[in-house]
Amino acid sequence: MDVEILARIQFAFTIAFHYIYPPLSIGLGLCMVIMEGAYLKTKLKLYEDMTKFFTKIFALIFGIGVATGIVMEFEFGTNWATYSKYVGDVFGSALAAEGIFAFALESGFLGVLLFGWKRVSPVVHFISTVMVTLGSMFSAIWIVVANSWQQTPAGYHVVGEGLEARAEITDFWAMVFNPSSVERIMHVWLGAFLAGSFLVISIASYYLLKKKHIEFAQKAFGVGLVVALVSAYAQLFSGHKAADVVAEYQPAKLAAMEGHFDSSAAADMYLFGWVDKEKEKTNGIAIPGGLSFLTHGDFKAPVTGLKAFKPEDRPQSLNIVFQSYHIMIAIGMFLIALTTFGAYMWWKKKLFDKRWLLLIFTWSVLLPQIANQVGWFTAETGRQPWVVYGLLRTSEALSQAVTAEQVWFSLILFTFVYTVLFALFVFLLNRKIQHGPAYAGQEEDEIHSPRLEEMAENFGRERAEPL
Amino acid sequence: MDTFLGLDYATWWFLVVGATFTGYAILDGFDLGAGAIHLFFNKEQSRRIVLNAIGPVWDGNEVWLVIGGGALFAGFPKVYAAVFSAFYIPFMLFLTALIFRAISIEFRSKEPMLWWRKWWDISYCVSSSLVALSLGLVLGNILIGIPIDKAGNFTGSAWSFLNVYSIMVSITTLALFMMHGAIYLVMKTEDRLYAKLTVIVKNATIFFVISALLLSFYTLLYVPHLSHRIKENPWLFFVPVTMVFSIANIARRISQRRYKRAFLHSCLVISLLLIIVAVELYPNLVLSSNDEAYNLTVQNASSSNKSLGIMLTVAAIGVPLVAIYTTFVFWTFKGKVKLDEMSY
Ligand code: HDD
Ligand code: HEM
Ligand code: HEM
Repeated sequence: MDVEILARIQFAFTIAFHYIYPPLSIGLGLCMVIMEGAYLKTKLKLYEDMTKFFTKIFALIFGIGVATGIVMEFEFGTNWATYSKYVGDVFGSALAAEGIFAFALESGFLGVLLFGWKRVSPVVHFISTVMVTLGSMFSAIWIVVANSWQQTPAGYHVVGEGLEARAEITDFWAMVFNPSSVERIMHVWLGAFLAGSFLVISIASYYLLKKKHIEFAQKAFGVGLVVALVSAYAQLFSGHKAADVVAEYQPAKLAAMEGHFDSSAAADMYLFGWVDKEKEKTNGIAIPGGLSFLTHGDFKAPVTGLKAFKPEDRPQSLNIVFQSYHIMIAIGMFLIALTTFGAYMWWKKKLFDKRWLLLIFTWSVLLPQIANQVGWFTAETGRQPWVVYGLLRTSEALSQAVTAEQVWFSLILFTFVYTVLFALFVFLLNRKIQHGPAYAGQEEDEIHSPRLEEMAENFGRERAEPL
Repeated sequence: MDTFLGLDYATWWFLVVGATFTGYAILDGFDLGAGAIHLFFNKEQSRRIVLNAIGPVWDGNEVWLVIGGGALFAGFPKVYAAVFSAFYIPFMLFLTALIFRAISIEFRSKEPMLWWRKWWDISYCVSSSLVALSLGLVLGNILIGIPIDKAGNFTGSAWSFLNVYSIMVSITTLALFMMHGAIYLVMKTEDRLYAKLTVIVKNATIFFVISALLLSFYTLLYVPHLSHRIKENPWLFFVPVTMVFSIANIARRISQRRYKRAFLHSCLVISLLLIIVAVELYPNLVLSSNDEAYNLTVQNASSSNKSLGIMLTVAAIGVPLVAIYTTFVFWTFKGKVKLDEMSY
């Protein structure tokens, strides 16, 4: 394999792994703000325990999010040096702003959120929780602005030629509010809210199924369900908006998303299907003219198809784009149905007796995760063959000095490290969940457990005893 | 060319990047140092206390690295591209070490098993040391210059980063951080642990003084371009002199057991070291060992004035904000470490 494909695999792998965690932090952060807010308002110990319980889970998730995020910031320089030189002038400011406004905010207050319970007043603690959540939402803004600029560049001009060419910023706000950023930030936030709220729902359902911590679980379920319900509906609208932008600015991507080849024809909207790249047609079940209607409000309107683009300007992996996109939509629809039905049963006070429903809710935590991942696969693979849409090709963006062996080395290294990391994450998350929320005194016990006392001595003794 | 207070934007941004990395070295320096000496503590209780001494702040400290990386990317994209692709292997190891440091702190306390905690203790100590060593390694290479061509692409071999000078810088960095971290921990601890740390502090300081001396001699003898500017401008001589005095002062304060003062001086030493680096390199950022004409300088590697202007505005708004809440966080956790139910 050559450097290009290896570097792409590595970037996709490291960022997809990173993207498991930040959405959870953002969404869980929002749920914790609601829980702690409820605690401040009602002064119920239950809500305090709830916030503390989810804070510990949050810390775990956040830790991995931070550890994996730094990798990509450096990967731009190590693997994509030409790209870095090309975009640095424009997109560096978004990254710098992210560091200063977002990361510093969240990681600063994170210390208070995790360790400050006894050191600051409840109100100050609540403010810290809000700040951490806001900080993580801000980081999403800046990173998505940077990515959206890659998708729909604006507010720049190109200077220099060949390897020396680079984009220079001409208008900061035009860069920030490039044609796709607002829509995509909304969509990313909502996806994150879904990821976080479904984690809360899933844990709560699990307790209800196991008949543990019943009152805690019912209350937590409520918080999660409200966030999930609202976000699921909003996500449909925001997804539609995102697709509108793609239709206008990235027609080749849109055509790949729906497997549409022929520009003169009306475009169908597939429920599912398979793109046949050789024969240049798509087979499957479709709403005739559906895509034409969504983009132009007319079932007969023609939509630009893939054949209108030179083969080297079309995305190569058509089925990845097509299937990813359709999985995302299917999950979006399913989540709307599920949360609506859940809310109805809740209102009817029957939700917590339906074991099959709780079972679905327990496992549904995976769905927003999958949707988030495949959503990015659609966006990024559909952007190919460009790194910066219409300006810089992926194949030209690599580091000149880096060899395939080096990329192999780091790819294997990261695969190994991330596998270990993921296994540990699942293990620890499970342990936290099994341990459950702390009730008075329980946590003290954990710390002064006999095992630990024994161990405290052990360390000392080891030294004293010769082999 | 746009200027502000007589300096052009690119030089301002050079100062910003320099200040950020200095901030990183001072702040994460004590976390990394504390990690590097972690295995010297052999009681569970002590290990928990030293971990919780940095617990609430290490993540915020690490952000300075993220900001520094972003600032370099934004202001000097060519330097960012050249340096990072040149040191591919050290950077990948550095990243792995950073990951392990973060998760060791995070995971250690999550399970009570002895083997579990011991493993994370080792991982924490090794990864913190590796981070310090690899930072020093890259710095050392930048100081002596790296083979880059006209387009700023690295032309050396993949392992050329391992050379005597860089290894010496690397060890000195580790020693510096160990001393810095030990002083920090002394301030945060009491009783027996405190007593133990007073000894560690002494040894770490001796380690640092010896490696710094060796490094200085080596530099003066074999890397003449690193003392060039000070030789030509004798008034700059006060910088290394102040540094020597500060180092002496650390030793004095330590023997007086006035650790806050000692800590302030070790912060000062870190800043002065980086100031010397900046003074000697400016206006170059990366020296090309192939041909001087290929040096990446503050002028030829910087982003456009427009971009720099925007980022200076961002920094002018952002930095005071960061300063305010960083102070708030440190103030919240001031004083000796007390363990409670939410601790690591
Ligand atoms: C829980 C997560 C989730 C859910 C349920 C949906 N999406 Fe989504 N989608 C994302 C999470 C996401 C994302 C991960 O946030 C993406 C990836 C890139 C981006 O900006 O947002 C995305 C991208 C994305 C794009 C590509 C944007 C681009 O290329 O710039 C489109 C057109 C849609 N979505 C449309 C939809 C529609 C019509 C949905 C129907 C309900 C939908 N999404 C549900
Ligand atoms: C600011 C945010 C992002 C930037 C700057 C960015 C940039 C890039 C770059 C430089 C590449 C490699 C070149 C290429 O193959 O196109 C890439 C590929 C890719 N990225 Fe992104 N990305 C961002 C966000 C994301 C996120 C959050 C995900 C999903 C989790 C993602 C998924 C992918 C995938 C799947 C590829 C491989 C595409 C392919 O090779 O066909 N990206 N991205
Ligand atoms: C190329 C793309 C990306 C880069 C370079 C990147 C970089 C980073 C870095 C350096 C950190 C650690 C910051 C710290 O030390 O606190 C981080 C964490 C984070 N990132 Fe990413 N990131 C990328 C993609 C994304 C995307 C697409 C999102 C969201 C939509 C995102 C959201 C976050 C959030 C919320 C955090 C805070 C830590 C957490 O909650 O887990 N990142 N990222």
